[in-house]
Amino acid sequence: MSEIDEKLRSELQKQGIFVVKMQDLYNWGRKNSIWPLQFGLACCAIEMIATAASRYDIARFGGEVFRPSPRQADLMIVAGTVTKKMAPQIVRLYNQMPDPKYVISMGACAISGGPFKQGYNVLKGIDRYIPVDVYIPGCPPRPEALLHAFMELQRKIDGQKLSGADKAEFLKPEQPSEFPVPEFGEHDLNPPANPRTYHPPVVEKQ
Amino acid sequence: MSATVQTAAPPGMTSRLDGELLEVSMGPQHPSTHGVFRMNVALEGEIVRKLKPVFGYLHRNHEQIGENTTYLGSMPYTDRLDYFCSMTNNWAYALSVEKLAGIEVPERAEYLRVILAELTRLQNHASLLGFLLSDMGAWGTPLMYAFREREKILDLFESLSGSRMMCDYMRFGGCRVDVDDAWLTRAKQIVDRFPKFLDEFEDLILQNEIVIARTQNVGELSPELAISAGITGPMLRACGVNYDIRKVDGYGIYPRFKFRVPLGDHGDTYDRLMMRALEMRESIEILKQALPQIPAGPIVNPKVKVRAFRPPVGEAYGRIEAPKGELGFYLISNGGPNPYRYRVRPPSFINLTVLEDLCLGHVVADVMVILGSIDIVMGEVDR
Amino acid sequence: METLEQIKNRAELAARGAKIEIIVNPGPAQQPSFLIDNDHAVAVATFLRDHPAMSFDFCSNVTGVDWLDRVVKKTNKVKQIVDGVEKEVDQTSEEKIPGYLEAVYHLYSIKLKHGPLIIRMRTANRAEGTHLPSLTPVWRSAELQEREIFDLYGVHFDGHPDLRRILMWDEFKDHPMRKDYAPPDDFEWEPTAHDEVLERAKQHYPARPELDGAEKITSNQ
Repeated sequence: MSEIDEKLRSELQKQGIFVVKMQDLYNWGRKNSIWPLQFGLACCAIEMIATAASRYDIARFGGEVFRPSPRQADLMIVAGTVTKKMAPQIVRLYNQMPDPKYVISMGACAISGGPFKQGYNVLKGIDRYIPVDVYIPGCPPRPEALLHAFMELQRKIDGQKLSGADKAEFLKPEQPSEFPVPEFGEHDLNPPANPRTYHPPVVEKQ
Repeated sequence: MSATVQTAAPPGMTSRLDGELLEVSMGPQHPSTHGVFRMNVALEGEIVRKLKPVFGYLHRNHEQIGENTTYLGSMPYTDRLDYFCSMTNNWAYALSVEKLAGIEVPERAEYLRVILAELTRLQNHASLLGFLLSDMGAWGTPLMYAFREREKILDLFESLSGSRMMCDYMRFGGCRVDVDDAWLTRAKQIVDRFPKFLDEFEDLILQNEIVIARTQNVGELSPELAISAGITGPMLRACGVNYDIRKVDGYGIYPRFKFRVPLGDHGDTYDRLMMRALEMRESIEILKQALPQIPAGPIVNPKVKVRAFRPPVGEAYGRIEAPKGELGFYLISNGGPNPYRYRVRPPSFINLTVLEDLCLGHVVADVMVILGSIDIVMGEVDR
Repeated sequence: METLEQIKNRAELAARGAKIEIIVNPGPAQQPSFLIDNDHAVAVATFLRDHPAMSFDFCSNVTGVDWLDRVVKKTNKVKQIVDGVEKEVDQTSEEKIPGYLEAVYHLYSIKLKHGPLIIRMRTANRAEGTHLPSLTPVWRSAELQEREIFDLYGVHFDGHPDLRRILMWDEFKDHPMRKDYAPPDDFEWEPTAHDEVLERAKQHYPARPELDGAEKITSNQ
C-alpha cells in the first residue's frame, strides 16, 4: 500500500474531500463505538455503573451502549471476582460474542483473585480461560482508571492491521475465537486452566 | 390510590403451552438481577408457577478468609460484603468485636459512626430507587439522578477515608481518621440540599402512574410470614412490623436522636419503595441533629491494642440496622489472634427466603421489580 | 426476659424429656446459650416460639461451627498417701473430647422486643452421624441458612424441605468450611509470595520445572 502525499491530502481536505486508508476508517469507526456487555460481577461493577453514570460519562468515548446480550457486544468488562461457579458462564458468554471481541480485566480479583485469592471458590484470574486485552489494577479501580483502560483499548484497536503478515489476531483463520468451557469437578474446575493459552508467569532470580 | 393491577393473570395472558410449564433460567448474566443472581422459573404462559433461586455465583469465601486472618485483617473484607454500604459493614463488625472484647467507644467516634452510617443509608436508598426504576424500564434518568447525589456523598467518604467505596474506616474502639470543620461544613451543605433532591425525585417517580401500576399489589408479604422468614430492614417495616434495631437495641448513641420509624400498610412493592424514600427523610433528620452536636475528643479508645489484638475466650453476636436490614456478625474467640468462627448474618440473603412466595402468580416481568425492591447485593448474599 | 434458669425449667416442663444444658460464655459479651438435645429440639423450639412469655418469633441467625477432636489437660489435686503421710499431689489427666459439628441459632422476639436467646445443637461426631433435626418448620428463616450449613459443613438437617447444596455446585464433594478441608492447589505463583503462600508455591512447582521456571523459586532459598 503506497502512502498518500501529505500535501495532496491536506489540499484535498480543503476542498472537502477526505482521503483515508480503509484500515484507518474501519478502525476509527470501531474504536469510537465499543459496545460493552452489560455484565457486572461484584464491587467493580458498581464503579463500572458509576463510569457510565452522570459524573464520569463513558458516552464521551462512545462506550455508553451497554448491551444485555453478548451477541451484540464488542467488549467484555470482567468487573469483579470470578468464582469457580461463575467461570464456565463467563467463558460461554465470551464464546457467544462475535469477533472482533475484547476483554478488560477490571480490578484485582479479575486479574489474580485479588484479596480473595485464598478462597477455595475463587478463580485466580480470568486469563486462565480467556485472553485479556487490558488489565486495570485497583480494588476497585476508580472510574478514571476504567476510562484510561478504555482509551488504551481504543489505542490498541487503532493499531490493528487489516492485512499483511502482522494483521490482527481476529482476522487470522487459525486463531480460535471460542475457548473450551471448564466443567464442574468434584473438587475443582476441570481443567483448572486452559493449558493452551495460560502460562504461569516465570519468576526471575534476583 | 386504588389497585390497578390484578395479582392473578390478566385476561389474554393465560395462554398455555399445552398445559406444560416452561422452564426459564434467569441469570446469572441478566441486566436486572443486580449482579450474578440466578433464578430457575417455571412459567405457565407468562405466570410464574415456581421459582427457585440459585446462589453461589459470587461465593468468595469471606467467612473462611475471616477465620484465617487476624481480627483487624477482616475489616477491609467487610467493606466488600455489601459494597454499597462499607461504613455500616465496618460498624457491624467493629460492634461485634467490641462486644467480644468488652471495648468502650469514645463519644466523638460514636457521633462519627452515626453520621457516616446515615450518609451510607442515604446513598444506598437513593441508588436502590434508581436501580428499581431502571428495572421497570425507566432506563437512564432516575439512575443518573441517584448517582449524581451518590457521587456527592462518595466525595465526602473519599476525602475522609481515601477511598470512594471501600472505606475501611472504623476500628475496634473508634474510627481511623478524624474529621475537620471543613468536612463537617461540607457534610452539612450536602445534607441541607438533599431534601430538595428528594422532593424532585419523589415528584418524578412516586406519583408516576406507571410506577404505581407496576408496584401496587405486586409481591405482597404478610407480616406473619415476614417475621417467620426472618425478614428485616425496610422490607419488614413495609409489612407494618415496627422493628428497627436502632430503636430496639439502641446501639451506639441512637437513643439520643429523635427520629420516626416509617411503617407500611400492605407490604407490597410500592410500600417497600416508599419505605426507602421515607427512611431517607428520617436519616436527614438524624444527620441534622448529629452534625452540629458532635463533641471534641479522641476518636479511638487508646486502650485497644493494635498489634497482637487477642480478645478473651468467648463468643459474641452483634448486630446493627444496616440499610438492607439486620447485619450481624457472630464471632467465637479461642484466645488466638484469629477468630475461631467468623460468621456474617447477611440481611439480603435471608430476605431472599420469601422470593418465591412473593413472585408466585405474578407475570414474569414483575419478578424483576419484586427482586429489585428486596434490595440485594450479591457480595452479601453469597459472601 | 426471664433468666436462663427460668426459661430452661419451663422448657423442660413443656417439652417432656428434654434435656437442656446452659453453656456459659466466659467472654465479656454475656451471651450464654442453651445446648438442646437433638430428639426434643423441635419441641423446645416450638415452645420458645409459641409461649406468650417467650415469643421468640424471629430466628435471626443460624451458624455452623466445626469443633475438631481436642485433648484437654486437667490438673487435679488428689490426696495420696506417700511414705505413710497424706499429701496433696497434682495429678494431670488428659481428656479426649471427640469432635462434633454444631448448629447455633440466635433467637429474638419481635413481639416482646427481647433477645438474644442462643440455642445450639451438636452432632454425635464429624464423620457419619452428622444429623440434626431441622428447625425450618419452626422458623422459615432457617431454610436457606441450614442449606448453607449442609453445603459448607455437611450437617444433614432431618425434616428440611429442600436440602441441597446452595453455594457450591452440585457436583462438589467436599465441605469447605470444615477445619480440616484442604483446598485445591490452584494458586502457584504470586509476585510477593511469602509464608504459607510461598510454601504452597514451592510444593506446586517441582511438577513442571522446565515449563514454569519453578527451579528458580526453589533454588532461591
